[in-house]
Amino acid sequence: MSKLGDLGARLYRGEVGYDFIGKRMFWYAISILITITAIVAVAVRGLNMGIEFKGGAVFTIPKTEASISQVQEDAERASGHDAIVQKLGNGTMRIQVTELDTAQSAKVKTQLAKDLNVDENKIAADLVGPSWGETIANKAWNGLAIFMVLVVIYLAIAFEWRMAVAALIALIHDLTITVGVYALVGFEVTPGTVIGLLTILGYSLYDTVVVFDSLKEGSEKITKQSRWTYSEVANRSINSTLVRSINTTVVALLPVGGLLFIGGGFLGAGMLNDISLSLFVGLAAGAYSSIFIATPLVADLKERDPQIKALKKRVLAKRAAAAAKGEPADGSADDADGGDGGYEDGGDGTEPGTPAPAGAGASAGQRPRGGRGRPSGPGGRR
Amino acid sequence: MAAPNKGRRQAGSPGRPGRTLALFLIAMVALTGGMFWSGHVTPRLGIDLAGGTSITLEAKNTPGKPNAINKTNMDTAVSIIERRVNGLGVSEAEVQTQGDKNIIVNIPKGTNEKQAQKQVGTTAQLYFRPVLTVAAGSPIAAPSASPSGSPSPSASPDKAGNSDKAGDGKAGDDEASATPTSSATAQGRAVTDALKKDTTPTPTDSAASDADKKDADKSGDAATPSPSADPAEEAAAAALEKKFTSLDCSKQAQRTSVNQDAAPEDTIVACGKNSGGEWEKYVLGPAEIEGTDVDDAKGVLDPQRGMWIVTMDFTKGGTKKFQTITAKLSQQQAPMNQFAIVLDGDVVSAPSVSQTLGGSAEISGSFTQQSAQDLANILSYGALPLSFQEQSVTTVTAALGGEQLEAGLIAGAIGLALVIIYLVAYYRGLAGIAIISLGASGVLTYTIMSLLGPGIGFALNLPAVCGAIVAIGITADSFIVYFERVRDEIREGRTLRPAVERAWPRARRTILVSDFVSFLAAAVLFVVTVGKVQGFAFTLGLTTLLDVVVVFFFTKPVMTLLARTKFFSSGHPWSGLDPQRLGAKPPLRRSRTAVRVSAPIDPKEA
Repeated sequence: MSKLGDLGARLYRGEVGYDFIGKRMFWYAISILITITAIVAVAVRGLNMGIEFKGGAVFTIPKTEASISQVQEDAERASGHDAIVQKLGNGTMRIQVTELDTAQSAKVKTQLAKDLNVDENKIAADLVGPSWGETIANKAWNGLAIFMVLVVIYLAIAFEWRMAVAALIALIHDLTITVGVYALVGFEVTPGTVIGLLTILGYSLYDTVVVFDSLKEGSEKITKQSRWTYSEVANRSINSTLVRSINTTVVALLPVGGLLFIGGGFLGAGMLNDISLSLFVGLAAGAYSSIFIATPLVADLKERDPQIKALKKRVLAKRAAAAAKGEPADGSADDADGGDGGYEDGGDGTEPGTPAPAGAGASAGQRPRGGRGRPSGPGGRR
Repeated sequence: MAAPNKGRRQAGSPGRPGRTLALFLIAMVALTGGMFWSGHVTPRLGIDLAGGTSITLEAKNTPGKPNAINKTNMDTAVSIIERRVNGLGVSEAEVQTQGDKNIIVNIPKGTNEKQAQKQVGTTAQLYFRPVLTVAAGSPIAAPSASPSGSPSPSASPDKAGNSDKAGDGKAGDDEASATPTSSATAQGRAVTDALKKDTTPTPTDSAASDADKKDADKSGDAATPSPSADPAEEAAAAALEKKFTSLDCSKQAQRTSVNQDAAPEDTIVACGKNSGGEWEKYVLGPAEIEGTDVDDAKGVLDPQRGMWIVTMDFTKGGTKKFQTITAKLSQQQAPMNQFAIVLDGDVVSAPSVSQTLGGSAEISGSFTQQSAQDLANILSYGALPLSFQEQSVTTVTAALGGEQLEAGLIAGAIGLALVIIYLVAYYRGLAGIAIISLGASGVLTYTIMSLLGPGIGFALNLPAVCGAIVAIGITADSFIVYFERVRDEIREGRTLRPAVERAWPRARRTILVSDFVSFLAAAVLFVVTVGKVQGFAFTLGLTTLLDVVVVFFFTKPVMTLLARTKFFSSGHPWSGLDPQRLGAKPPLRRSRTAVRVSAPIDPKEA
């Protein structure tokens, strides 16, 4: 682990850096491929819609001597419809029968109790109308649409429109991949799945926002220097927050993974599994997309901006001029140390000769002006 | 909520961490104390965990009423359904609207689910029935004025042209009225008398003509009770009598069961509150008018008398029926001149009639604005204002629910343990701060959920449990953002105390922005969706808010305090803040004063 900490330090100082932006076409291609696969999978194989979307009844019967095939026979005989029987972790069985109404399901329940010799009160019956899943799904779509609109507005205000657009594309990418996985693997889609899918919304953006925040900070006064292009600054933002992204993703995935494997192991199937499975896939996709898709997209969009274009020209020209003198010094002048008048007696973190690409960290609006406790120790000065 | 409204003085400066922390802890203790004091020490469990039946109804648009599905109608439907399911003698049943056209009925374990299902969603039965006898609502035989005198049969065929008054072959005989007594008559007697006056009704086929027919019977009969010779009828009368005498109106279960299976054309026993708010019980004749005959009703202030009244407009068919019944009733003596408005078996009001009425009527009494409007509502929508379709019925045995909950909790515990292990491995001593913060967050979440149970009817369902587990990650993420910032500052070569303060404003911004996005998602889902998704969204939103509260008012002050301890500020290898380990740049000017310990607090080992 301390290895990772060490790596964190090197990443932070820019000693190590992975060129995410430079190789973006490769990552875009991979994402497009996965997305197309997902769409094709959904189109061709379709989604395995759970009983909530088809209508029918789910009976859960306590542990019995009967085998799955026996129970299935019984259920089909009792209902006259096809039945799907699953054995759950603790020996209970879950029987799904489509196209039953209330009255029929009560009959089937009684019949099952008789056939399998269990107490009727111990059988749980779950009756679902075909429109129930549809209602949930429709409302989910509405929620999705409203959220997307709001979040784009919010991100456009908090950051800028390019970041909002990139975040939205990354979000759609995450959702598509998650749905695609469901189509490919043939997992059943239940309301739980829908819930999991919707949770990805807020979560997939969490990482993206962390990277964007650092990027915003790093590129604040970017046009006032000519050492780095925007893409390079973006790349450094990704690198400097990489450890953060890895950690937040791991920490978010651990409880979900616990739900997925333990919930599944105990119960075989059910709400816990449905929610955690889509979450797991979605979160992983979200972590990936915030690094490989969202930020490179911002850089792409930003590079079209005339000012940024001009900057790139300047930087390249400068480098060409410096090329004769050999390697340009790598940016060890760090961006994270902006002029933060709050507690510094003025040492702005720019070292002579190396204008850092970063501007002041916190923008004036967010910086506490009053209420300074006391000047920090001289150790804070550089 | 915890006290988030404190001044944000300690934005980037150390502020007064001790005071902030003390306030936070006081708020936490107060909440916990409140939880124990209120006696709700566990969150309410949803149907899916505690067991029971959950029925989801969806309102269907009726043709011709495109705008019927609105909030008012939904609320009326909820209150009607609520009266029914709670009439089952269940106190715990909940009826709530969800979204704009769903009603969720949760009936906890231990009730007859079949009966519940029957009760829910069928349209409410509103009937106008003639009052035959009234008595106080207790089972003790109370004196009651039995009908006396001989009311003359109303022979006034009204405009509706029911001149076929005797056309049903059941002409009233000429017997004089039974036993007029001025003394107290036992209730039973009154019933028998009343019953004798009643005829065996025929099942309704065509409402209007049938009403006329019955009306003919009634008006003939009321005046001339004929002792019925039919033994079956006698038996029925005796049974009814027994019912009436033993009925205790103050007991809800009795009220519900007394006329549960009664058909509109039966003579029934029912309860209702009089204007004084006391229970009275009634024997009521067959229904003359149904809820569907009422077109519209309003609670209005009568300007002349300065009192609240309820006006009713009948449909065309209803108008006819109403004319006949009022014409007849107005000729009778009290209490026989009253008609009872019966909703789902309870007498809502029993106005007396003094004249023949036409297509509209007014009910006056000691109404307040509220009660007038309520009654008008009931009259307008006596039949549920909307038709509902059962969308899903879920029965969960508690055993299954318990298993799910157990699995969820185990999963949560394991997930939490994994998170802690990871944090300790990566952040060493700092993880201690994360763990106590998670603990604080957990305690807050638990107490608030427990308090929200009785507060707003929040019930923890399985998706909500999932939400809480997933939220562990969200909460821990905030700490990671902050810790990483602090480490970045240390890499810059700062000592811990300034690093902690400098890192805060930036970490804070990141945390706020990302938590806002999470909260936005939760809020949108909560507003837009229904059912299970909503519970999940609520939990997610709640935990996101608490995350912000905890980070601001707990983690940050704790961090500030711990930065003063030797263990952390000296960068002990196990503190997670070892500058060497973090690869800090050597500071340009090393200052001895930087490592001064200002508060002799024992280092907290994780």
